[in-house]
Formats: sequence, structure tokens, C-alpha cells
Amino acid sequence: MARINSLQDLSKRKEKGMASLFPSKTKVMVGEATCGIATGAGLVYNALAEEIEKQKLDIILSKTGCIGMCYREPLVDVIEPKRPRVTYSNLTPKKVPEFLKQVIEGNIKGKKPYCRIDEDVLIINRETERYCNGELSDDLKAVPRISDIDFYKKQVKIATRNCGYIDPANIDEYIARGGYFSLQKVLSSMQPEEIIEEVIQSGLRGRGGGGFPTGYKWQSCRRAPEEIKYVICNGDEGDPGAYMDRSVMEGDPHSVIEGMIIGAYAIGAHEGYIFVRDEYPLAVDALSLGISQARECGLLGKNILNSGFDFDMKIGKGAGAFVCGESTALMASLEGRAGEPRAKYIHTVEHGLWNRPSNLNNVETWANIPVIIARGAEWFSTIGMEKNAGTKVFSLVGNIRNVGLIEVPMGITLREIISDIGGGIPKGKEFKALQTGGPSGGCIPKEMLDLPVNFDELSKAGSMMGSGGMIVMDETSCMVDVARYFLGFLESESCGKCVPCREGVRRMRGILDDICEGRGREGDVGLLESMSQAIIDGSLCALGGTAPNPVLSTIKSFRDEYDAHIREKRCPAGVCEELI
Amino acid sequence: MNEVSISEGEIKTIVKKYHGEKSALISILQDVQREYAFLPKDALSLLSEEMEVPLSKIYEVSTFYNSFSLVPRGKHLIEVCAGTACHVKGGPKIRSRLESELDIVCGETTEDRMFTLEEVRCLGCCSLSPVVKVDGDIHAYLVEDKMPGILENYRKEWRESGEN
Repeated sequence: MARINSLQDLSKRKEKGMASLFPSKTKVMVGEATCGIATGAGLVYNALAEEIEKQKLDIILSKTGCIGMCYREPLVDVIEPKRPRVTYSNLTPKKVPEFLKQVIEGNIKGKKPYCRIDEDVLIINRETERYCNGELSDDLKAVPRISDIDFYKKQVKIATRNCGYIDPANIDEYIARGGYFSLQKVLSSMQPEEIIEEVIQSGLRGRGGGGFPTGYKWQSCRRAPEEIKYVICNGDEGDPGAYMDRSVMEGDPHSVIEGMIIGAYAIGAHEGYIFVRDEYPLAVDALSLGISQARECGLLGKNILNSGFDFDMKIGKGAGAFVCGESTALMASLEGRAGEPRAKYIHTVEHGLWNRPSNLNNVETWANIPVIIARGAEWFSTIGMEKNAGTKVFSLVGNIRNVGLIEVPMGITLREIISDIGGGIPKGKEFKALQTGGPSGGCIPKEMLDLPVNFDELSKAGSMMGSGGMIVMDETSCMVDVARYFLGFLESESCGKCVPCREGVRRMRGILDDICEGRGREGDVGLLESMSQAIIDGSLCALGGTAPNPVLSTIKSFRDEYDAHIREKRCPAGVCEELI
Repeated sequence: MNEVSISEGEIKTIVKKYHGEKSALISILQDVQREYAFLPKDALSLLSEEMEVPLSKIYEVSTFYNSFSLVPRGKHLIEVCAGTACHVKGGPKIRSRLESELDIVCGETTEDRMFTLEEVRCLGCCSLSPVVKVDGDIHAYLVEDKMPGILENYRKEWRESGEN
């Protein structure tokens, strides 16, 4: 792979990428993120490859990441010159020969496509990528445009802009969709302070859940008086029920890499780390390949883009510990130690990895950076709402019709997410609660569904934004059991350093066991509440500090369920077996 | 059963790959585990000598992280996802069914050393819940009654490979 030294070189690679995105012959693209593969995308890909080989077809076979429509997987796209891109869903290896026949004949008479894309206006540079020109045939017109599908209508894709559009293993396709032009822009025309100012002005807040203003974090790290500094990407994504970062790392690794290089230049770091959890082998593969490609192209390493700036990065792999999503625990793990958090008053931007200034942001935050640089802070701050600019990626899962990955502007209401995007609750069941924020979050009842989604409102509702897991629960979920589930999770994931967290969570789980198994006593709820306060007050890190949230939020909104368990020895949802 | 013969050369090669860096301990342990499917005691002692890291430190790290095992695992590792979406959609029932089918509880290995059953925090396949990962493969949209068939497929595979 040739080195990219200038804007001209980058433009040439863009042309190459365009030829790959829009080839002069038919291209079939299979969505092969982890979730796609689990539903059989790999088998579909193999069947396609075999059939194409057998029939000696002149068709390009390619892979892409997750476009978010997990409820329809496996997904296969057909891209033909001058025709709209059409997406087929739920394809199986058995259906492949019939499907290919249809592709060769150029019709959609047999298997009907789920949706089509006529053109795509790139969010990063407003360029229009046109799949088709001119009039559409009537049968194609009858296929809904992706932008008209309820699941898509309200979405705005910034962090996930390329997922499902490019082959993550092809750096040229990333470049063709505006990739690495922001890096070229900052290295050739912006001072580090200007970049930081831009990020501050954009209003971007940390997407890992904390919501700390990203630009100010960068500024503190830049100002820290040490020569050697680090930038770190938190790809630990430990929250159960969340897979936003996995999708970005698997489907668009270069967006994270480019964001980190820009951040490193702004902060004055020459070394970076991406910490990925052990449960995400495909993400590790995609990032490793991305890093080595970027290195070959001179986008990592010495003298990046001929600017004189040096920066390189490594991947650190987790080994299965939820607490390592916490920044200081993550850094301990990168140093090869047990991931125990430490007190927060020592700021990692001054004393982080190996006691040096370290700037840690989450995957989604980094992926936003190239777009903010390209479009400017002013544009970014118009998306979303005041003090909560931009979009947020959520994994919308649980008992909801359209299960998938969504990216929506901040300020959208929970009701819009559940009813309009998610298509409501299946099987005629009644909505009960929305769980957000992972084990640190809480359960939001139906009375609060008109809340606008942002960092501050969700906290006020007794939950939190968290990294973006949204688990929809219907009448078949018992809220006491859910609280017990989260405490069980936290009990085994507590690192054990602070006694209130280690012992308190265990004792609270014991009380919840009693309640769920028919041994609940009057006063248990009060006891849970007072223990919660002790744990919140007495824990060093956010794991302990927020551990009681699932209990407190369910007590607040679903007290009647606790009472039914304790007083009537009855589980209204019919989940707690001992009470049935 | 914890006795397993380790190859000194193998361990030294792994340490060398990371230039003996102490910060690479987790990666080194992951490589050792890939080799033996668990962390044999002798391998840890050897690591301690090679890396000049106290054995207690190595023990601390290898017991802190969930993915390390100090006891041998079975031929197939079954990981039941305990994520929230899986919990809501029947994950606990899948787990109990596996426990009763295999006659072990989570964390144990069957007597014939065929299966080890473990719980994993979240596999990030929440859209396909409930899910179970066997070795590298994720089985999606599970219902209790699918479990015996899935187990039987692995047993069958083994029987057939045994006959060859």
C-alpha cells in the first residue's frame, strides 16, 4: 500500500475507493458483523461465493458491517451500476441460487427487497453518493426507500456513518466516504489549540456515559506539564445489553483510528492505546487490520501525511472484567495489573497510564471527531439540544419489535424511540419499563416516556444515559427480579477494593433473593434504601457509586411489585418461580 | 487432572514475543491459555521466573479476570450469555436447561470432559437474545428445547471424529 503524503495522494485514494464502492459491475455485499454472522451471514457469504464460482458469474462479492437493522439479519445488498442499492433481508444459504438468478436477470420478482437506497448524502462533507440515475421501474419504486422506513426515519448517523456502507477491511472505501480528510485538514492547517477550541465549541460530551465535555478533557491533558502523554480509546463496552461500540469497531475501525490521531495531535501525544474487551474478537481483528493499513499508508507512525507529526497506537485486550470500563481500572489493566480503580481526585489527564497524562475517550466519542472537524463546531452544535449536542447511538433490544442499533439526535423522546423507531412491543404485550445505563442505570416507567433523551434528563429520572444500552421490558418482566439480576452482576464484578461495595452489594442481593423467594419481610425495602446510601457514599469508583441504582429506581417506580412479593408472596409478572 | 505437561520452550517463546515486558502479563497469560485451554500451575511458575514477577502477582491477575481458568476445561466451552437482553428474553431458562442436560452447574466441567459450562457477562449480540457461545460460535434466538439438539451435534461431531 503506497504512502499517502498529500491531499493529492488522498484524493487519488478516494477515487480508488469510489471505484470499489460503485463498481462498473454488479456487487453483492453481505453484512458480516458479529450479529450478522450469528444469524448465518457467514454461511450465506460462503454459499454466494461457491455459487458465483460455480456459475463463473462476473459478480463482486464483498463484506460490510452492521447497518443496524438487526431484526432483519442476515442482510445482503445488491449494488448495480445506475440502479438503486437494494437490501434483502433474512437470506439463507438455501435461497442463494434462486436469489443469484434474480440478481443476474436484474429483476426483483422472486425475493422482494426490504428497502432501497437511491442516494446517500454523506454527513461528513455533504457530498452526494448516487447509486441510481434517472427513472426507476415500477417494481423498484414499490420498494421503500431506507429513509422512509419507520426504523430509519428519525435517525441521524454520525458515529455510525459508514457502518453497513463500507468494507471495514478496505481503507480506500473509508477514504471515499470522506475519511482521513479531517486528519489532513488538521495536520496541514490547524494548531492544536484551535482543534481543542473547536471540540469545546461543538459541545461534544463523552459518549461512554459520563457526559464530560470532551474538549475540556483534551485541554487539561494538553496543559499537563509532562513530555510523554497518551491517548486511549475505551472499547471495553462492558454494559450488558449494549453493543454500539462493537459495531463501530467492527464496521468502521478507521473512524476511531482517525479520531484518535486527531486527538493525539491536539493533545501532544505520540502513543495511543485501544483497549478492547476479550469478548469482541472480530473488533480486535478489524482494528488490528485497520492499524496496520494506516501504518502502511503513513497515517500512523513517523511523519504522518508528511507533516512532521509522529503517532502510533497499539491494541490492549481485556480479559473479562466489567470494572475495566472504568478509566483508572482500564489503565491498570493496560499496565498488566488487576483492574482495580483508584480514587478520582488524582486526575488521569495528569496522572494516568504509567502515571503520565492520559486522555481517555470512548469509541463513539472518537468516531465523532472527524465529522466535527470536517463540518465545524457550529454545525455539530445545531444537532441535538442545548448542552447535549449531537447524536447518541443506542442498542435497542429486549422485548421490542424492531431490535437493532440506532443513532438518534439528542432530545428525541423515549416514546419516539420505542413506538416509532422500535415499532412498539410485540405479541400484544404491554410496555413496562425501559432499562438504560447498564448496571449503573435504572428502569424508566411508562409515565416518563416523554422525557427527552440526554445526559441530564435521564439522570434526573433516576437512570442514566450510560454507554447506550436500551433494554425494553414488557409485562413478562419482574422488576424485583431485574434489580436482583443487576446486583448479582455487580456482586461478581465488584473488584473488592471498597468494603461497602464488596459486602454491601452482596448483602443487598441476599435481601432481594429473600424477597424473590418468598422470605421477604416488612422493612426490607427501607433496609435496601439505607444500605444503598451507604454504598453510594462509601465507594471509590462509579461501579460502587451507582450500584444501587437498579434497586432504587425500581423501588421508586415499581414499589407495588416489591409490596406484592413481600406482603402477598406473589410475583405479578410470574417470573419468581418460588412464588408461583 | 490439573497435571498437564507444559513445554518450557513454548512458554519462553511466548514471553519472548512480548520482549518479557511486565506490562504484557495479561496478553502473555492469554497466549498461554490459548495453548493449554487453561493456565497450568507449572506454566505460571515458569512465567514467574522468566518474567521476574512474583507468582503471587501472577496469581492475582489470573484470578481477577473472568476469562482465565486455573482448572482444565472440557473439550467444548459453552458460555451462556448473562446480559440484560438475554436475561429479559429467557436466558436463565436456557442456563438451567443446560445445567440439567449436562448435570453440572455453571463453572463446572462434565465428567467425560466434553463440556465446560460458564457464564459470560454479555456477548454483545443483544439483538439476537438469548444467545449462547460454544467455542467460537454464537447460537442465536434460543429456546430451551433447542438445547439438547445443539449439545447432541457437538457430541455427534466428536463421535464421528473418534471413528475416523
